[in-house]
Amino acid sequence: MQDALRLLGNSPWSARLGMLVVLFYVVVAIFAPVLTPYGESEIVAAEYEPWSSEFLLGTDNLGRDMLTRLIYGARNTIGIALITTVLAFLIGCVAGFLAATLGGWADQAIGRVVDVLMAIPQLIFALLILTIVGTAIPILVVVIAVLDSTRVFRLSRAVAMNIVVMDYVEVARLRGEGLWWIMRREVLPNALPPLVAEFGLRFCFVFLLLSALSFLGLGIQPPTADWGSMVRDNATLITFGDFTPILPAASIALLTVGVNFIVDWFLHQTAGLKDE
Amino acid sequence: MNSGDSTTDVREPLLKMTGLRIEGQAGERWNEIVRGVDVVLHRGEVLGLIGESGAGKSTIGLAAMGYARPGCRLSGGDIVFDGMELRGAPEDRKRDLRGVRIAYVAQSAAAAFNPAHRLIDQFAEAPVHHGVKSRAEAEADAKDLYRRLQLPYPEQIGYRYPHQVSGGQLQRAMTAMAMSCRPDLIVFDEPTTALDVTTQIEVLAAIKDVVRHLDAAAIYITHDLAVVAQMADRIMVLRYGDLVEEGTADQIINRPREKYTRELLAVRTYRKPDAGPPSEAPLLRIEGVSARYSRSARVLEDVDLEIGRRRTVAVVGESGSGKSTLARVITGLLPPEEGRIFFEGEALPPALPGRNREMLRRLQMIYQMPDTALNPRQRLRDIIGRPLAFYLGLTGRKREDRVRELLEMIELDPDDFIDRYPTELSGGQKQRVCIARALAAQPDLIICDEVTSALDQLVAEEILKLLQRLQDELHLSYMFITHDLATVRAISDEIVVMLQGRIVEQGARNDVLTPPHHEYTNLLLSSVPEMKIGWLDRTLAEREKRRARGEQVMESADR
Repeated sequence: MQDALRLLGNSPWSARLGMLVVLFYVVVAIFAPVLTPYGESEIVAAEYEPWSSEFLLGTDNLGRDMLTRLIYGARNTIGIALITTVLAFLIGCVAGFLAATLGGWADQAIGRVVDVLMAIPQLIFALLILTIVGTAIPILVVVIAVLDSTRVFRLSRAVAMNIVVMDYVEVARLRGEGLWWIMRREVLPNALPPLVAEFGLRFCFVFLLLSALSFLGLGIQPPTADWGSMVRDNATLITFGDFTPILPAASIALLTVGVNFIVDWFLHQTAGLKDE
Repeated sequence: MNSGDSTTDVREPLLKMTGLRIEGQAGERWNEIVRGVDVVLHRGEVLGLIGESGAGKSTIGLAAMGYARPGCRLSGGDIVFDGMELRGAPEDRKRDLRGVRIAYVAQSAAAAFNPAHRLIDQFAEAPVHHGVKSRAEAEADAKDLYRRLQLPYPEQIGYRYPHQVSGGQLQRAMTAMAMSCRPDLIVFDEPTTALDVTTQIEVLAAIKDVVRHLDAAAIYITHDLAVVAQMADRIMVLRYGDLVEEGTADQIINRPREKYTRELLAVRTYRKPDAGPPSEAPLLRIEGVSARYSRSARVLEDVDLEIGRRRTVAVVGESGSGKSTLARVITGLLPPEEGRIFFEGEALPPALPGRNREMLRRLQMIYQMPDTALNPRQRLRDIIGRPLAFYLGLTGRKREDRVRELLEMIELDPDDFIDRYPTELSGGQKQRVCIARALAAQPDLIICDEVTSALDQLVAEEILKLLQRLQDELHLSYMFITHDLATVRAISDEIVVMLQGRIVEQGARNDVLTPPHHEYTNLLLSSVPEMKIGWLDRTLAEREKRRARGEQVMESADR
């Protein structure tokens, strides 16, 4: 705990800024109902009201309060992205550790399946599947998670490969430990630092993919508030010189930059890189 | 050679380091790792630096070139090389010296060579770059030096890549490379530590010959006092960055003044008392075992072996002799192609998955590198506690008490150590924890694979004594795999000598160690450096004499 605090004290300004941004988003997402003046999909005024004291950021194409939608959007988009990333890591790490620990045919089989998945551009593949099977949120989560787990698989397998050749893993095998125990107790703790860093990065990509899908109309469906679809729905305003539709896009950009700052710092720490 | 020769002292020394202080960075702090050491080296003299790891000997060796490793700095004192102050000298001036007037030979030649270039290209790089020789001259010189260093095919060997020659040859090629500009000073940093004894003796002879021939001064760094006794005119004994004792080789070896030096000299004198012939039926019996790794040539050929209860069987051989493979076959990691293994008269299933937990429990293993044998993310409590839970079903209080008991058994204070991670231990302590983990399973047989090779000699000796005590108390059997004959002498009851996957000689310790030997055993035994001045010259002369008489003298496979 003390180590963690000291580490925090020595963090560079970029990492601190990143942490501040992420903390802000999390607070906003958790306390969304308290912070918002109106309901998430409540129509409160005419379409495209300008900024005023009543509607701080105006209203959208259906007359819903923009600020309210923005805050609820944080909750929905971040929440779903987080669940998706966790699922992607679960699938990817288990598959990666399995491939590394078992080796041989299992490694080949999993590896080739992943190659096939990775050969198809992610966005096109996601669009294709979502058009066929529909866009319910659970399906969205699973599809993106599976597609993203291929990248996690690559990393976790590579990291685990260096660990399973260690003598302590051989000791565990000789002791008669099961596969699951070896993966969980011997491999996972030693593979954690690069995986945690990758988690932050992956979260950003999932988040961006989710927003992109929403923008294209295949992501989170209305009336649920979501930053991607908010940009699309209100895009016409830009032609009138109003930059309100930029705000959800800026929210996405800010969070991505914030997370990346933290990941950079974390990678720097765990990789043991020294400034020369 | 010229020990006690006072005329050398009249000349201006080639290298003079006075009050040398070097600091190393540990986190935020700088710790002093060399604390005011004086080193004087004259032309044509060989100075031996000896000490355990952490003594600062490599750091001093590098400082002679005006160099400090990343994370280290030369914080005080003077380094005067041939009238030139090196500490604080501009980098390009030092660069002009290095490789030309001062050269360095590293411990691991395999890591020091660029694998993408031919040996001779790397040889020629320094002299051509510094404008000492033309490319053609450098190549001719390389072949000359290769011949002098007794490399096979000196005309052609330079055109090979580093991975195409053996470790001993590579080490000699590196020595040749250091000689390429005819330096005034060569720093040898443990040049033979990674080599087999039979190869070591040849590399030592080659280095000694070429240093003498070119009349260069040398600093010879090693942890092995017996080796340095052969090479050096003068020896400095170092510990924790301080000078313990300095004197001529003869003084240090025959009349040491300090207690620490005497301890270093006494290392390898430990002897286990004779156990007599085995009484009971053997615990482990191996019958006609042959094995190979997939598609490669056989690495084990028809091996028969017995290990009795409370006995230590040492398996000796050079790298590549198949001794570690034998351990893998016994543990079930590599199922044998032919042959069977019996444990207490019962046939063991050949492959690991076929064995039940009880069979696994009774056969434990300890590894060479304690660093990689302990999971760095587990506390000692979990490392030692896991076999207790896994094999014996101990939980909670009982398990905790047993872990503490085991820690006491390996002479580590339980209150201090039980919550530590392996990274918070020294090398010797880590190896003790590996022993405790093996003991936790209450095994009958422990396979020790080079367990002392990665440790300093004094620490290694303590580990051997600990293993011996545990054998006496717990009635364990050991299969002791090693290339170090000193270890074999110390701890074994029986000796098995392996060569290229076959057993060439086996028997009780005294039978194998007293002549007549198998010729390979003879080569192995006579290649172990002895703590006597002039041993190397005498041994080589002896071999030469036998060769001259027309007797066949076996040579290292690494020639």
